[in-house]
Amino acid sequence: MKDFFILAFKNLKHRGIRSWLTLLGIFIGVMAVVSLISLGTGLQTAIGAQFGISSTEVITVQAGGLSSVGPPGTGVTNKLTRDDADAIERLSFVDVAIPRILATGKMEFNDILSFGMAASVPDGEDRKVVYEILDIEATEGRMLKDGDVGKVVLGWNFFKDDAIFGEVIVPGKSVLIQDEKFLVIGIGEKKGSFIFDNMVMMNDDDIIDLFEYGDEVDLIAVKVKDKDLIGRSKEDIEKLMRKRRDVDLGKEDFSVSTPDAMLSTVNNVLGGVQAFIVIIASISILVGAVGIVNTMTTSVLERRKEIGIMKAIGARNSQIFMQFLIESGLLGFVGGLVGVILGVAIGVAGVLGINSWIGSEVSPSIDFILVGGALVGSFIIGAIAGIVPAMNAAKQDPVEALRG
Amino acid sequence: MGDSVVKALNDVNFKVYEGEFVAIMGPSGSGKSTAMNLVGSLDIPTKGSIYLDDNDISTLEESELAQIRGKKIGFIFQSFNLIANLTTIENVMLPMMFQGEEVEVRREKAKEVLGLVDLGDRLDHYPSELSGGQRQRVAIARSLANDPEVILADEPTGNLDTKTGGSVMEFLEKMNKEGKTIIMVTHDSDLAEKYADVVYWLRDGVLEKVTKRVGKKFVDVTKKVKKKVLKKVIKKVKGKGESR
Repeated sequence: MKDFFILAFKNLKHRGIRSWLTLLGIFIGVMAVVSLISLGTGLQTAIGAQFGISSTEVITVQAGGLSSVGPPGTGVTNKLTRDDADAIERLSFVDVAIPRILATGKMEFNDILSFGMAASVPDGEDRKVVYEILDIEATEGRMLKDGDVGKVVLGWNFFKDDAIFGEVIVPGKSVLIQDEKFLVIGIGEKKGSFIFDNMVMMNDDDIIDLFEYGDEVDLIAVKVKDKDLIGRSKEDIEKLMRKRRDVDLGKEDFSVSTPDAMLSTVNNVLGGVQAFIVIIASISILVGAVGIVNTMTTSVLERRKEIGIMKAIGARNSQIFMQFLIESGLLGFVGGLVGVILGVAIGVAGVLGINSWIGSEVSPSIDFILVGGALVGSFIIGAIAGIVPAMNAAKQDPVEALRG
Repeated sequence: MGDSVVKALNDVNFKVYEGEFVAIMGPSGSGKSTAMNLVGSLDIPTKGSIYLDDNDISTLEESELAQIRGKKIGFIFQSFNLIANLTTIENVMLPMMFQGEEVEVRREKAKEVLGLVDLGDRLDHYPSELSGGQRQRVAIARSLANDPEVILADEPTGNLDTKTGGSVMEFLEKMNKEGKTIIMVTHDSDLAEKYADVVYWLRDGVLEKVTKRVGKKFVDVTKKVKKKVLKKVIKKVKGKGESR
């Protein structure tokens, strides 16, 4: 067996560029699959970070039902209230329930107008909890505290560069939000999330006045006592909210989402993209396999004389068959090898690219099972593609074949 | 054309003894190549039998034929027929590979037989780096790899000039002296009568005459041979009960 591999390898070494070009399909297919899967894990983590899904013990309650996927608060008629938050907080599994406001508005600085989102920060103990949930600290200046009026903390992106307002905003500067003047007292640290890094944080009282919120809130962040009971807590909250809003099971006009559920939404989207690329990769591999059938068939014709010689010096049909089959498999393997190398390179480069683009810190990894599987798979595809040509080679009549 | 049957060989009977140097002589189209393919078990006759070591090889399966070709017969071709992608030693090792020999055994044996044809210093050369005479010597070495009983040489000097052809023939003669049976196909009567013990003359698929070396001369022994072989064949067929 080993001998056939060595012989096949020697034969492949003398193949022309034509043979290698037919491998393009295999190589592109394998590259797509390998890079995609290497990227997938990175993408997942990065997208999770983008949407601020980091804390695993926080349940988010929003009005608008599960079908609403726009920014919080859009198109919602029946808003959540502070009473809802109080009621939720009284549930036995719940530690705290914090009503939060996320308002969309305009901000002006350096005579440039921009639109963005402002988030409320509550007073008292809840403030600590929010900072804890968001896992945020000030990188410049300080965070908001109770009694701060007319003051804001900006996200990292306003400080990072002058892309938004043509000038970097530092603590001590004033900005106009909804035409009111606010003093910037701090910059939040880099979160690697386009939501948090572009956020303006202000105290509850300020945001209620500025955006004219009454008792209404945009979402309620619920911290549970035991994160192992998060599923149970979610059910309790749903039950309570159905009662409070007088809706039937299955017709909820609000949503209660856990981080896991949000992550699985992200994964669903990614899964769709992956499925699409896998289909394209499969087609590509199929084309590659047909290419191998083609090049092997040509090769059998070109090497009739060689087949005749091998038969004359004692090769059995089964041995000729094996020889060509292994050669074909190796051809596929080479395509796979190139694909794996490039795929891993793309995967690693892609993860690093994502990191520098959105500021996440996902470490690129090489999945050796994936690499091994891709290589073995390529060999098998090549071998399968070579079955018919190899059979043709094996059944050549020695006398005819020797004539060339 | 159509339904007409072309008989490449018709009613040709002969017998080759162990250790003989036999030449099959004839002009092109005389059926000498077909005769060699049949003896070499590359081809099987539509009718008739071929015995090697008292075994009728015309009834064997493909894999058994391949086995016989590999083990008992060594081929030497007019156009050398080395495999271009393989070096000298690899070409010689190849027949042993098909017999499932261990790689070390193959290498040793290949070195030994290449030594016999004075190519011990060309082991790692590719055929394209060798002269015609050297290539044919590699082919001779290859034919010896599995210690065959019979060496079949099809116009072994056909692609060589007289001088290198002569040296190739000397190697064949040397093999013959060491006990190998050699059957050579040629259209060159001088060559045939210079090296062979017996010459079978074919014309149009029919055995025309048989000449045998007696001392330095060749004498016509056609009648004697035909009778003797026929008797033997008849006996063999009867002995087997039924012929195919």
